[in-house]
Amino acid sequence: MYIRIRVQEIGFSLDEAFQELRRASNSVGAVCTFTGLVRDFNDDAEVTGLFLEHYPEMTEKQLARIVDDACQRWQLMGVSVIHRIGALLPGDEIVLVAVAAGHRGEAFSACEFIMDYLKTQATFWKKEVAADGERWLTMRESDITAADRWQS
Amino acid sequence: MIKVVFFASLRERFQSPGLTVEIDQIASVAALIEVLMLPDGTPFGSIFAEEKLMVAVNQEVVDFDGAITEGDEVAFFPPVTGG
Repeated sequence: MYIRIRVQEIGFSLDEAFQELRRASNSVGAVCTFTGLVRDFNDDAEVTGLFLEHYPEMTEKQLARIVDDACQRWQLMGVSVIHRIGALLPGDEIVLVAVAAGHRGEAFSACEFIMDYLKTQATFWKKEVAADGERWLTMRESDITAADRWQS
Repeated sequence: MIKVVFFASLRERFQSPGLTVEIDQIASVAALIEVLMLPDGTPFGSIFAEEKLMVAVNQEVVDFDGAITEGDEVAFFPPVTGG
């Protein structure tokens, strides 16, 4: 089982993460990857940048727990999570979740599960920098709903 | 002594990433909130009526009746917005 969790300021390479996962086991038959990007608008304000803050000790614990939960639910062969912090620009990649499994079903589901829980539990906070000032983002109801559906 | 830390909008409102507090009479998160005050004198407790905030003791999310003991790290922060 290959697990790699990184929180970093620098960007990341989707291909590098993919290559690590495809080699996790000879039985890997599916690798599902999700990449989140900084959008250039949110609620109609023009966003010129984003600042990402986190609670280091807690973020590491929670990401490890979320990945562990996914490994309990599905038969996985590899998981890679990369989350960026610091100053980001529109179009920059923020987060990567990649999951390797024997078949696509597990890979798709686990990838979405990890993202949904990351959005609602991992201690990251985004501050938007827009033409008219800075503002901390608030959690969306739709993110809570997305995470809740895994509990049924 | 306990370590109290703030993140995101709360860190800015406190104008500080954190502080240490003597916990003689403080045994719960609720009791800790009672003794904290923003730089402008606003009681910390009054903010909770305005917005949803989270609290973690030693990096585990707890309720306001969560226990606090010597050496703990108590973190206050708004709901997370990563990803």
